[in-house]
Amino acid sequence: MRLPSGGRIDRTTPLTFTVDGVTHTGYRGDTLASAMLANNVLAGPSIHLGRPRGIVAAGVEEPNALVQVGPEPMLPATTVELTDGIEATTLSGRGRLATPNDGYFDKTYAHCDVLVVGGGRAGLAAAVEAGRSGARVFLADEQPELGGSLLSTPDTWEWLDTVVAELASFPETRVLTRATVFGYYDHNYLSIAQRRPGGGRLWHVRAGRVVLATGAHERPLVFAGNDRPGVMLAGAVRTYLNRYAVRPGRRAVVCTNNDSAYATALDLLESGAEVLVADVRDEESALAALVRSAGGEVRAGTTVTGTTGSPWVTSVSLGSETADCDLVAVSGGWNPVVHLHSQAGGTLRYDDATAAFVPDVARQAHVSVGSANGELDPVHPLWTIPAADGSWDTHFVDQQRDATVADVLRATGAGMRSAEHVKRYTTIGTAHDQGKTAGVNTLGVIAEALGAGTPGPTTYRPPYTPVPFALLAGRDRGALLDPARVTPIHAWHVARGAEFENVGQWRRPWYYPLPGETMTEAVLRECRAAREGVGVQDASTLGKIELVGPDAGEFLNRMYTNAFAKLPVGTARYGMMCTADGMVFDDGVVLRLAEDRYLATTTTGNAAAVLDHFEEWLQTEWPDLRVHCTSVTEQWATIAVVGPLSGRVVGALAADLPPKFMAFVDTTVHGVPARVARISFSGELAYEVNVAGWHGLAVWEAVMAAGEEFGITPYGTETMHVLRAEKGYPIVGQDTDGTVTPLDLGMDWIVSKRKSFVGKRSLRRPDTARPDRKQLVGLLPVDPDDLLPEGAQLVAPDTPLDPPVPMLGHVTSSYRSAALGRTFALALLRSGRDRLGQVVHAPLADRTIAAIVTEPVFYDPEGTRRDG
Amino acid sequence: MLLIRCPWCGPRNEVEFSYGGAADVVYPPDPDALSDAEWGEYVFVRDNPRGPFAERWVHTAGCRRWFRAVRNTVTHEFREES
Amino acid sequence: MTDDLMRSPLAGVTFTAPFVRELPFLAMVNLRVGTFPHPLPGPNRVGTLDGRDVLWLGPDEWLVVGPPGDAPAIETLLHQALGDTHGSVVDVSANRTTLAVSGPHARDTLAKGCPLDLHPSVFGPGHCAQTLLARAQVVLRQVDADPTYHVLVRGSFAPYLAEWLADATREFW
Ligand SMILES: [Zn+2]
Repeated sequence: MRLPSGGRIDRTTPLTFTVDGVTHTGYRGDTLASAMLANNVLAGPSIHLGRPRGIVAAGVEEPNALVQVGPEPMLPATTVELTDGIEATTLSGRGRLATPNDGYFDKTYAHCDVLVVGGGRAGLAAAVEAGRSGARVFLADEQPELGGSLLSTPDTWEWLDTVVAELASFPETRVLTRATVFGYYDHNYLSIAQRRPGGGRLWHVRAGRVVLATGAHERPLVFAGNDRPGVMLAGAVRTYLNRYAVRPGRRAVVCTNNDSAYATALDLLESGAEVLVADVRDEESALAALVRSAGGEVRAGTTVTGTTGSPWVTSVSLGSETADCDLVAVSGGWNPVVHLHSQAGGTLRYDDATAAFVPDVARQAHVSVGSANGELDPVHPLWTIPAADGSWDTHFVDQQRDATVADVLRATGAGMRSAEHVKRYTTIGTAHDQGKTAGVNTLGVIAEALGAGTPGPTTYRPPYTPVPFALLAGRDRGALLDPARVTPIHAWHVARGAEFENVGQWRRPWYYPLPGETMTEAVLRECRAAREGVGVQDASTLGKIELVGPDAGEFLNRMYTNAFAKLPVGTARYGMMCTADGMVFDDGVVLRLAEDRYLATTTTGNAAAVLDHFEEWLQTEWPDLRVHCTSVTEQWATIAVVGPLSGRVVGALAADLPPKFMAFVDTTVHGVPARVARISFSGELAYEVNVAGWHGLAVWEAVMAAGEEFGITPYGTETMHVLRAEKGYPIVGQDTDGTVTPLDLGMDWIVSKRKSFVGKRSLRRPDTARPDRKQLVGLLPVDPDDLLPEGAQLVAPDTPLDPPVPMLGHVTSSYRSAALGRTFALALLRSGRDRLGQVVHAPLADRTIAAIVTEPVFYDPEGTRRDG
Repeated sequence: MLLIRCPWCGPRNEVEFSYGGAADVVYPPDPDALSDAEWGEYVFVRDNPRGPFAERWVHTAGCRRWFRAVRNTVTHEFREES
Repeated sequence: MTDDLMRSPLAGVTFTAPFVRELPFLAMVNLRVGTFPHPLPGPNRVGTLDGRDVLWLGPDEWLVVGPPGDAPAIETLLHQALGDTHGSVVDVSANRTTLAVSGPHARDTLAKGCPLDLHPSVFGPGHCAQTLLARAQVVLRQVDADPTYHVLVRGSFAPYLAEWLADATREFW
């Protein structure tokens, strides 16, 4: 019932809410739990046994009262601030992410000298002391207001107001409320989940020092029927009384093994309740006299041994006697909240006086203070309280998991000794509350069952409390999930209706369908244009690195399998690079811009990796080489104009053209500075026009205008792939996978015999030189209209398809060719070059495709077309 | 999230760095002089100790400098050297 | 020296927050050198060279920033200063664009995506850093105590970063 006065609730602001469709009222300042208690509302039934359950605690340690509120499942009602119109549904231990969470969640980074976790007595004292020194202080507390357990002790509220005001006066002190520090990671990096209206904020804090003032959680006592609604933690009862002005019962039995519960007894008496204190200790507490003088009864050496009532408790057994009651306030001692200390790598030790695990050695720059450091009343440990009938199956250890002492005994009886094993067997401690009330009691029960003196240790991992996925995702959703990198010409592609393909983070035009056209039709049309007329592709995504210095040629000689030191200025050469293991790493064309200046191009996806690779070798192995690398990938927009008519188009715009294949000129195109190169990735006559990124769109549009009379056709990555595959040009990362050498690709010609280069030694390792390695070959399906799926596995004909099937290799690229009038593919095939002319099979789910093994060059093997 | 001290830029979050494996594995001056086994050792074989481990890191999202550091693989204690 | 054929990576983007804007086409020249005859700024600092800003990028790398069209003059200046000394001078003006974020919300905006400590006692006017902002690599510099920050970002990442900034500034205006 709600008391007529007192508490920190705002009685002028009544709030209406529903639980399971029933309307109730509460006040601003309530939690959902305090308002439920004020209205005698039960929690949901238990997860497995369906037993009625009530609210047990007043904070995050609550094991029972889970609710769903809007899209948020699995919220302990004790942590839900009451707001007007809340519609809560009680849960039986399980929730469901029913709807997308449309709340606004974001994240921010923060830095401080001192992070104080917990705004109770000890945390406030630490924060004030640090704040007075002028340090940058963060104080994070999970409650809506500072105070911690002080909020349950009205005689401290004046001091609390003074301290909170002083904290607010420090310019470098920041107080976060509704903010749970849930993770403590390496190098004093902590995560804070802050609840905010309509969502939340994830704080990533790097702290100089951390003060853990996280308080303590009370332990239940383990007696028969200890889960009956009305059995609550004594400290929680005190919180409901004093902070929320809710008295959970009129006739209370307070059962304890320590002095802390006497404060609850006294407060209950003052509120007008009847109180019987059953103290398990034989020696009477010094506080017993206070209780008696306030009108209560105290019995030493007495404990609750069972409960009755349905659903709420109506009486308890005290050994042979019974006592009527409607509230049982229990205290089995307190567990310091050592989770963050333990997450940080700190060790714990078992303290006999308080029968609890307390911080021992800190591994990072943190210190625990107050009750989190074990500053607690001594207790008389009592892990289990036998029932009169000897049964153990209603002695709940973990109410959330419906796990009892009987379950623990079954685990130890099966031979388990480690707490970790017992946890997994019984599921104790695996619920949303991670055993905050159950953990140490379980360890005590195990120790008792095994005849061990004291409970064994445990470790804690993040998160301290459940964290919504929506909070972790933050704003990293939709377009903000991952950057979409676009070229300066991107808007044109979009306007032209291109379909896009992701290449790394880049969005590249894949193909440009005309109205009503399928992808196959569009790609065949684009291919024909490039082979017979003129096509144009945005190749700006190619990686570009300028290498400057007198040793640039020597450096390239060491990096590439072929030689560059003697490349004449004004010309270009295709090159291939290996890693030290001899496997193909990247390829591209290198231009010599001047005696001491080269421009290396890389594949789109590997631009950053190649620059890192260059820097690694330069810095760590050859610091004596005088050469510097600079990424210019986006300095240049690159427009590839391809096809027999490409010269007419580029010639109309360029002041000058390169004199021959694999040559370039620095000139102007459309009146802006440009570098024009004769480079072909299709086998056709082709020009690469490079202009400053900011000129890319204008020059592209000029190329389109100049090419209009020739039917210039923009094409995307799919057509580019078909054109190069027709020529047998491999794509690193598609036709190679980190296990393929240049020799496997049949590119012996690119591997220098004379000079040394990274990876060369590996090419004559026995494994790399095996004749039966997988080699790049062409495949022509026997049915020229049948398209092999990329990735299809290849086997010899008549191979039985019973696992394990001996695979010969797989298809790496497969297309329809306009030029060939049929399908074709590239594949990596064991001893591939020995199988030229043979048939291999690709068994698919519904049929088998037969294909003839060929040389990988399908089109213009003589290379007559590149000069137009 | 480790806090790694780039010898040039100062302390930065781990995400700005890339890992370069064991340090002090020198590229053989004459690979051709090595036996297959010796070359295989250089390319493929690395220690994986419990405790202090000399490693190479590169400040990828910053100055792109490679540096040597000793990381304790148990505690993640980090000692950076240039 | 700009012309009407130039288009910045963020042309056509409207910045919803009034304290974010693009400074397009700034001249940027990358300098990599061991020893240079003029003093260059040390780690994480911005200096000046003949009226241009010089941003420290690494122990042998600086970015010289000037007004639009200034790149050829900067290149000449650097080449002359280098003489026969080996050094790398590369025009990277079109490689990046610049976003200015300024005013009382600038720091909190950047803190949503930048793990650096931007507290005035740590990072102030004249400081610069290569770091991450959201999922983009950037060069970040503080220009004045308003504070005004310049974020230098690659053109391909600029639309993403502009969208990220629009989202991150949503709560402030
Ligand atoms: Zn660095």
